[in-house]
Amino acid sequence: MKRLTAALTAGLMAASMVSADPVDDTLVLNGETTIVTRIKAPEAVADVFDEVISGWHFREEETRAMQADDFDNPGMIFAELGEDLWNTVEGSEDKSCASCHESPDNMAEVRPGYPKWNEDAGEVRTLEMQINDCRENRMGAEKWKYTGGDMVNMTALLASVSRGRPVNVAIDGPAQSTWEAGKELYYTRFGQLELSCANCHEENNGRMIRADHLSQGQINGFPVYRLKNAKLNAVHDRFKGCIRDTRAETFEAGSPEFIALELYVASRGNGLDVEGPAVRN
Amino acid sequence: MAEDVKPRVKVPKSVSAGEAITIKTLISHKMESGQRKDDDGNLIPRSIINRFTCDFNGENVVDVTLEPAISTNPYLEFEALVPEAGEFKFTWYDDDGSVYEESKKIAIE
Repeated sequence: MKRLTAALTAGLMAASMVSADPVDDTLVLNGETTIVTRIKAPEAVADVFDEVISGWHFREEETRAMQADDFDNPGMIFAELGEDLWNTVEGSEDKSCASCHESPDNMAEVRPGYPKWNEDAGEVRTLEMQINDCRENRMGAEKWKYTGGDMVNMTALLASVSRGRPVNVAIDGPAQSTWEAGKELYYTRFGQLELSCANCHEENNGRMIRADHLSQGQINGFPVYRLKNAKLNAVHDRFKGCIRDTRAETFEAGSPEFIALELYVASRGNGLDVEGPAVRN
Repeated sequence: MAEDVKPRVKVPKSVSAGEAITIKTLISHKMESGQRKDDDGNLIPRSIINRFTCDFNGENVVDVTLEPAISTNPYLEFEALVPEAGEFKFTWYDDDGSVYEESKKIAIE
């Protein structure tokens, strides 16, 4: 009896170990575009990972299938709403995004490089900041709320045209100090639970945290459509959610802390293809 | 009209006569159930898509009643037999009286 129990336990453990590993699968969008979802780790994380893996591999089969088809992916509705905004003339200059940039397809090189150092402004800018800069200074329109509906729809559109291009953020030169600030935050323990990003996403990715499957915390799929709240989620809101779960007071979306963290976390996924709008749990 | 409502439909472009095809439809809609309360404790009024229909060349294919428990961005998938070339017409009816329409042509191979 004892031996039977031991065999059973071993069997159960083997089963749960297997199910917690990232799934071996290939993401092919609409049966056409193959997306790079795992690749040799970039230099910044080469000492901790052999391979960087997109969060797509950590999700269930149904969720993965949903993302592989543009029709089934509910995030694409919002990218389409973003396209309506793209063509909407607003502000004192009587311009829309399309007036200068024409087709969103021309922006395919944009998403993979952000956050990015802006020489004129002398700061690291996220895509959201650049969009608002365009709205304010070129269109003469009101800024959008940092993680508001219009902004997320627009970033979804810009991510969608970049799918299949690798994330490639610069971490040297003038961006280096921001990147280091982001790294500092990544390894800082927050909240009553005293957890840093690294505690879960670096040291324990692939394991279960109760019912949740911990991923590497890659952000190449943002903005993501989450099944839990049935809407698109901006990356800064996701950071907020994570920090809140450590029972800490969080930083604000668009704060210097989150801009630095976004740059650092993006650099940990350099080489993974842009997937946004991705579908996650 | 509720905000940010956008219907999407996926229908094959062509089919052999008499063959069954799969039609997928999705509409972005918040589907507010009428059960929830806002931060001040007031009931948020119900606002859902309450009916969906699909017609082919004037003949009804499906007519669905949707209830408040259906989640946001309702997705409906169904099969249809296509006897001849023609046009599918899709209609969603909103609680607030708005009607959203979409149509797709289909040819016979």
